[in-house]
Amino acid sequence: KMHNTLNSVFQSWPVYEEVYNKMVELAAFLDLPRFPDITNNCFLHPNVLCMKYLMEANLPDELHNWTCRVVKKTSVGEVDFLTLMPGNKSTRKVKYDVLAAAVIVVVLKLLFLLDDHYEWLLSDFSAERNKNNKEGEGGPYFEFKKWYEVIKCTLDVEQKKLDEEKAKFLWRCEKPLFYSIKKKSKLLRRRQMVENLQNQFGKLSGSVRPDERPNPSSFQLSWSEENTDGSCFHGHSLKGILQERRGLFAAINPDYWLCTVKLCNEKLCHRLAHYRGVDFPQSYHFVLRLFSFLLRIQPSSIHEEVCVIEHKLFNKKLYRKPKYKTRLRK
Amino acid sequence: MEGLRAGRALQPALHLPFLPRHFYRAVSSNEHRLNFWKSKELCLSYVQDALLQKQWKRAAEFLTSYIEALEKDFSTVFMGPSEMIWRIGTEILCSHSRSNVREFNTFMEQMKTLGIKRYLKVCLEHAFHLLCNGLIDEAYQNLSLAESWRFGEQTLLQDKEMKLIQAYRGLLDYYSWSHQKNILLEYGKDGLEDLSVEQEMHACFRKAAGNLKEIIKIPGVWDLFVKAYVDLLEFYGDHQEAREVLTDYAYNSKFPANPNAHVYFYQFLKRHGAPKKSLISALKILHDIVPSHELMIDFNTMLQKSKKRKRRRLGLEVIFAVLDYSGWKENVKAWSCLARQVKQIVISEKHLDWIQQQWNSRKDWWPAFHFSRYLAKRNWQEDKSLSHEKALVAGILLGKDCKYFKYVSHQGCKARVKRFRTLKKFVNKHSPAYLRMSGP
Repeated sequence: KMHNTLNSVFQSWPVYEEVYNKMVELAAFLDLPRFPDITNNCFLHPNVLCMKYLMEANLPDELHNWTCRVVKKTSVGEVDFLTLMPGNKSTRKVKYDVLAAAVIVVVLKLLFLLDDHYEWLLSDFSAERNKNNKEGEGGPYFEFKKWYEVIKCTLDVEQKKLDEEKAKFLWRCEKPLFYSIKKKSKLLRRRQMVENLQNQFGKLSGSVRPDERPNPSSFQLSWSEENTDGSCFHGHSLKGILQERRGLFAAINPDYWLCTVKLCNEKLCHRLAHYRGVDFPQSYHFVLRLFSFLLRIQPSSIHEEVCVIEHKLFNKKLYRKPKYKTRLRK
Repeated sequence: MEGLRAGRALQPALHLPFLPRHFYRAVSSNEHRLNFWKSKELCLSYVQDALLQKQWKRAAEFLTSYIEALEKDFSTVFMGPSEMIWRIGTEILCSHSRSNVREFNTFMEQMKTLGIKRYLKVCLEHAFHLLCNGLIDEAYQNLSLAESWRFGEQTLLQDKEMKLIQAYRGLLDYYSWSHQKNILLEYGKDGLEDLSVEQEMHACFRKAAGNLKEIIKIPGVWDLFVKAYVDLLEFYGDHQEAREVLTDYAYNSKFPANPNAHVYFYQFLKRHGAPKKSLISALKILHDIVPSHELMIDFNTMLQKSKKRKRRRLGLEVIFAVLDYSGWKENVKAWSCLARQVKQIVISEKHLDWIQQQWNSRKDWWPAFHFSRYLAKRNWQEDKSLSHEKALVAGILLGKDCKYFKYVSHQGCKARVKRFRTLKKFVNKHSPAYLRMSGP
C-alpha cells in the first residue's frame, strides 16, 4: 500500500527518445498488429509533413518539389517503410516528424550547401537580381540572408519565451504523496505554507493572466503573405539558385558535404551519429536549431536522421569505391 | 569505451585522418536531463536576474514557481531553498510597490517556522524592518517574544543573536525611558509631578541598563548602545562607571578601531569639565585616525590658544592636515583657522620653520589643488569671505605674485572692499617672509 510522497511520478522532463522507445516496446508487448498503412495522402507521410514544416519554417513552397524528389530517391515514402509493425525488430522504426525535418535539411544542403560561405554568395546574387528586377513576375527571388534574419529574430524571441515557461514550470501534483505516516503532518503543513506563499507572491506578480486556452493549431510559428513587411517567404522563387539543364531544373550548387562518412553501430553507440555544434558550419547548426525548436527535441536527433538520409541518398557513391572524398560531386 | 573497442574491429580498410576523434565514441545522453532540482535552479537564476534588474513583478512571478522547492527541502544546507526564499522574499516585499507591512508580517511569521536554526536571525531582521517602518511597539513585542524563546541546544548555539535581541530590546527600553524623562521635565517646568511616570521611568532604566551593559562587554561596534548606556548612567549620576565604559570602548585593543569611540569620550570629558590635557590627548588620537574629522577645527582652535609651543605647532599640523581633504576645500571656518595662525606666525616672525615644514610636503600639489586661477574666479564669485582667507594663505605661502592672490586682491580692490585692501597691504609687507621660506 503506497502512501503518497512528493517524489512525483515523473522525476524529470521526459526525453522524446525515451518516450518513443517505451512506446515501441509497449506496442510489441501488447502484441499489436500492423498499424494502418501510411500512404501518400496520410498526414504522417513525409510529403505532407514536409509541406507543413516548410510552411512553419517560412521557406518557399517551391522547395516542396525538392523534398518530394529526395523522398522518392531514398525510398522513405514507401508504405512498408513508413507503417509501424510492432514486434518486427529488424526494421528501424520511423519518427515521422524527425524524418520530414531531416529531409528539409538535406534539401537545404543540396541547394545552398550551408558551408558558411556559399549560401551567402547565392544570397547576394539573388539580392542583386531582386534589386534590378523589382516588378518581376513570379515573386521575388528567395534570399537566404533575409530569411535568416527574420527567422533568427523570431527564433530568439520564441526560444526565450519557451525557456521562461520551462523555468516557471510547476511540478506539483494535486494530492501530496508520502511514503510514511510519520512525515504526513510535516508534509501537509509544508504544503500549506507553500500554498500560502505562492498565493502571496502570485498576487505580486503583476496582472493575472487569464487562463490561456491552448491554441488548437499545431503550428508554433505562422507567417502570412498579407504582411507587407516582406517577412513571409512562402511565395518566393528559387530561380536565383537553379539553372536549367536539359529541360530540368538543377541546383547551381555543385557540391555537397556529408555530415558523417560512416554511420555508427546503433547497438554500441545507441545512435547512428553523434552531434557537436562546434564541429559543423554555423548555418547548418542554425537550421538544426530551428527544427529542434519546432519539434521540441535535441538537434542531435535531427542530425542523426540527416546522416541516415544522406547515406541512403549517396548510397551508390559511398559504398561503390573503397577510396572516396568527403566532398562529392553530384 | 565499448564503442572504442568495437570501432577497432569494424574499422574500414582506409582510415580517414580528418574525422574528429569523438565521432567514434558514444555521447552520454544525460546532459540534457531536466530534473526537479535542475529545473528549480534554472528558475532561481531567473529570479536573481530579475532582482538585479529591479523587476519586482517578474521576480515575484518566478519566485512563485521556485517556492515549490520548499516541499522537497528538509535539509539544513546553508544556502538551501529555505534560506533563498527568506532572503529573496524579504527583498521583494521591501521593494515591491504593492506590498505592505501586514503582508510582510505574515511572510516573516512563516519564515520563522521554516528553519529552527535561523529562528532568532529572522526575528531580529523582522524587528529591524518594523523599526524602519516606525512600528516601534510591534518591534518591541517581537523582540520580547524572541527573548523568551527556548529550544534546547539551539538556544546556546544562537547565543550571539540572543544577545543582539536583548541589546535592541534594551535600546527600545532606553527610548521609552528617554521619552518619559522628557515628559517629567515638562511637568517639572510646570511645577507638576507624576509618580507613576517616574516609577515607569525607573523600571525602564533597570531593564535597559542590564541589557546594554551585557552587549557592550563583547568586542564590537556598539555606538548606539554605548551612547544610550552612557546617557542613562550620567542621568543617575554614575559618572565613574560612564567614564570607565567610554575609556574601555575607546582604548581596549580587543575592540575594533572606531573613531566614534574617541568622539564620545571627548564629548564626555568636555561635558564634565576635564582638564585641557585630557581633552587634547583624546583629540590627538582622533587626529591620527581621522585627520579630516570635523572636531579638528575645535582641536585647532584649542591648540592655537595654548601657551605651550608644542601644542601650537601641533595645531598648525592639524589644520594643514584637515585642508588636505577635498571635503574641506570650500570651508571658510577651516581656512580662517589656518589664515589666523599663519598670520600670527608671520607677524611674530618666530617659528617660520613650522610653516616651512608643513609646506614642504604640500608645495607640489596644493597650488593646483587650492590656488588655481579657476578656483580663484569661482571662490570670488561664490564666497568672498572664503576667497579672502584663502588669498591670505596663498599670498604668504606662494608670494604676492601667485595667480590666486593676484586675481582675488585685484578683484577685491576693484570692488573697493576694505578688507581686501588691508589684505594686499599685509601680504606686500610680509613678502620677505615668503622669500625666506621658499629659499633653497
